[in-house]
Amino acid sequence: MSEALAKATSLNNGDLERRLIELTQAGLPLVPHPYHALADQLGVTADEVMATFRAMQARGVVRRIAAVPNHYRLGFRGNGMSVWDIPDALVREVGREVGALDFVSHCYIRPRALPDWPYNLFAMVHGRNRDAVHEQVAQIAGMLGERVRSYDVLFSTEVLKKTGFRASAHSVSTPPNPKGE
Amino acid sequence: MNAALQELSLLDRAIINRLQDGIPVCEAPYAELAGELGTDETTLLRRLQALKTAGYLSRIGPMYNVERMGGAFTLAALQVPDARFDEVAGIVNVFPEVAHNYRRDHAFNMWFVVAVAEATDIASVLSRIKAATGLEVYNFPKQEEFYLRLKFDV
Repeated sequence: MSEALAKATSLNNGDLERRLIELTQAGLPLVPHPYHALADQLGVTADEVMATFRAMQARGVVRRIAAVPNHYRLGFRGNGMSVWDIPDALVREVGREVGALDFVSHCYIRPRALPDWPYNLFAMVHGRNRDAVHEQVAQIAGMLGERVRSYDVLFSTEVLKKTGFRASAHSVSTPPNPKGE
Repeated sequence: MNAALQELSLLDRAIINRLQDGIPVCEAPYAELAGELGTDETTLLRRLQALKTAGYLSRIGPMYNVERMGGAFTLAALQVPDARFDEVAGIVNVFPEVAHNYRRDHAFNMWFVVAVAEATDIASVLSRIKAATGLEVYNFPKQEEFYLRLKFDV
């Protein structure tokens, strides 16, 4: 990922943004004045650092600055990738509804791969355990009624690779756990 | 309430709940948050360090969106015969562009995220994985995202 970041070209004020991204790979300093601490390390002013973060937030380069809970450590041990075959004409409406559920994190429209893979909507469902996830998936199915043609839920059984992925589009992406999502 | 949460004090839970919503960009963000939480800056910083060390928080800081920086992701999957699973996992994992790789309980049993600096690199990475494994690589690029961050109320 750092390679991708280093090559990324569409940053404004590129040098300061790139240096801030590199410097915050491990997070924001846990000190009373974190933006000043970053500024000191980069030889710029805290106002410049804060203005740069605000600009990156406004452009969506920074989704947000926040704490990311490790859902596995917090007891959310069931993480299922639910997949849904929704008629194309309805998939955006359904995606908005499913994405708004409080136990769904990421919800995406993706292409089908017929005939093997009929599903065009993916929603990550998080619960205390697998049974809870199955109940939540059934709840989604009930909510969708006749708008869903078929669905399935895939649980991860092994993490095969998990590299540094902090500069990620996913906000709940890096629990150091043995099961993953 | 599960065992993991019983280990957490009310203050720790309030911290986790509040800081998922965001850390402000200002002179003294932790002091501001501490005020909202009815504690003080020193205590908050100490609890944050402890929650991070204990693994309850995986990250405290900016979440970057690589796609807005010119990079690109895709989700891809393979249907790997059981007898070849470990061998194929080894081949796939060697690719530096493969960021996450999970085994899942399905005929599509290997799911991985490919992350590249240029969107045009995705096709070439997937075709190299196909050539190296001899397996069809199914590409499931995101077409639309309904991104409503999960909030864990603890």
